[in-house]
Amino acid sequence: MRAMILKEFRELRRDRRTMAMIIVFPLLLLIIFGYAATFDVEDVPTAALGPQAQLVADQAVGLFDVITIDTDGTADTARTLLRDGDVQVAIATDTQPPTAFVDGSNLFAAQAAVGALGRLGDQITVDVLFNPDLITSWVLVPPLIGYIMMFIGTVVAAIGLVKERENGTLEQLAVMPLSPSSVIMGKITPYFIVAAIDMVVVTLLGMLLFGVPFVGSVAVFAVGVAIFLFVLLGVGVLISTVSQNTGQAIQLAIFFLVPQILLAGMIFPLSSIPWAIRWISYLFPLTYYTTISKGIMLRGAGLDSLWPQYVVLAAMAAFVFTAAVLRFRRDLVPRRHRKPDAAADGAPA
Amino acid sequence: MTFGVEDLTVRFGKVEALRDVTVAVPAGEVTAVVGGDGAGKTTLMRALAGLVEPETGTIRRPDVEHLGYLPTGGGSWKELTVDENVAFVGGAYGLSGDELAERADRILARAGLADARGRLAGHLSGGMRTKLGFSLAMLHTPDLLILDEPTTGVDPVSRVELWRMISETVAAGAAVVMSTTYMDEAERAASVVLLGGGRVLLSDPPGDLVAATPGTITVTGTPDDRALAWRVGPQFHEWNPSATPPGATVVQPDLEDACIVAELALRSGTGGDAR
Repeated sequence: MRAMILKEFRELRRDRRTMAMIIVFPLLLLIIFGYAATFDVEDVPTAALGPQAQLVADQAVGLFDVITIDTDGTADTARTLLRDGDVQVAIATDTQPPTAFVDGSNLFAAQAAVGALGRLGDQITVDVLFNPDLITSWVLVPPLIGYIMMFIGTVVAAIGLVKERENGTLEQLAVMPLSPSSVIMGKITPYFIVAAIDMVVVTLLGMLLFGVPFVGSVAVFAVGVAIFLFVLLGVGVLISTVSQNTGQAIQLAIFFLVPQILLAGMIFPLSSIPWAIRWISYLFPLTYYTTISKGIMLRGAGLDSLWPQYVVLAAMAAFVFTAAVLRFRRDLVPRRHRKPDAAADGAPA
Repeated sequence: MTFGVEDLTVRFGKVEALRDVTVAVPAGEVTAVVGGDGAGKTTLMRALAGLVEPETGTIRRPDVEHLGYLPTGGGSWKELTVDENVAFVGGAYGLSGDELAERADRILARAGLADARGRLAGHLSGGMRTKLGFSLAMLHTPDLLILDEPTTGVDPVSRVELWRMISETVAAGAAVVMSTTYMDEAERAASVVLLGGGRVLLSDPPGDLVAATPGTITVTGTPDDRALAWRVGPQFHEWNPSATPPGATVVQPDLEDACIVAELALRSGTGGDAR
């Protein structure tokens, strides 16, 4: 048994990724999750609208952080601001008593706001939009669909390419008249189609089982999903280019996937995460997908307010695919640097 | 047309895998590359295929459309059927329709795979998989066919069938270069290249190599110098670089003897291992 233990330790010592997973990953997760995992909402971005807007802004204390004051604003303005995700509470003073519109798609902020506003009694009417009963599943299911797809898309794409390496067929592909980008695109297109169908099924099932509404434009959502899937598959390909076998690919995928559970704003609101950790959230595609899915499905938001998320996701897709193709090229290409029959004296052509 | 490499040096970090290697691979001939483990055979095959970037040297090969490559133990996709493998590789080379069907029929029949077209490649025997890999590498009738140890682990009957396919390919005018650890196979080649420590130790037609073996080889039950002897059946063959011991039985060397002598000569001065 001693020999077995020694052998395992020796193998483990040389398997740096597993060592990192055992030692570094738990520490990182504890630190990140410890700071990120908070339900406490300290600031709720608020708009004060209507003739008494300035008065509301002056009297708003504690939770409500008034970032917009519009004396010409009305209840319609409030709904628009909430739909576009500009604020999470909008107090319209063109009615008597004033009405506080609350964005129900941001569950914890909404719960905190409703609690605070409830203490004002008859002085104000509270109208929770988009998720009037503050149902948890309505808020959780849209980003959860993305997370499930991310798990499947990233892992499947990574394994698909690593399998070529493991089976020795990557070299076979390398000597065939196929460019690295056409190998990658040919490899991921089937995954993309299957993942897209999967996405539709999961979304419909989420709506059917949990009664999650779909208020916004299906077309706009589909475009967002397509870009999101491209990012996921690109990350999968990128992982495969730095993995020698399936085990390594899955390990790396876990490094990528696990932190997003808590950091992408799916469970804990981004605004509650300290900036020291929050910047990491903005590196993850799920963060942008979460905003898009909740915005479109629950609030009916459109491209006019969600375009920054689309732009970032598209940039991520371009980045990961460029990186994946460049890395993949190293596996396939020494021959492509030089022409057949070319003399290669000295430095490679 | 002669393909091949000239003064090729390949380095992986600090390790020099090939040094000043020159190998000619003429059309219509089989060139066999032999050598022990770590001699550089696979590196040479991969360099010829364009999978390894040389440090210096010249590589002459056709463009990818006219190059066929069968890597060690690979060459087909396990989760595709024989027919699906053919369709994929054919499609990659722009073959389709009747042309692809005609070639597939001919090549798979020749490989003895006509009855296995619906079977998954992963479910084929080792020999059948190798023949499938060979068929795929040949599908687009390449000018240069590179085979990396195609017969390793293949049963004798399949080896014979594979050699028949190689012979037919050569007869059709292709240049074939194959690495092998089997000397009986190397003897069938038009020329043999012996690699040792990343360098070319011998390179000539098999008959010339044997004829040029230096010194004499004697057969004995108790060799005088174990470092210069290797077991052949129940006895030893022993290389005598200079004088033949009095009364010793001299034997005519074969290709295996010639290659062993070349390696022993390389090691002389540092001693050698008994074989």
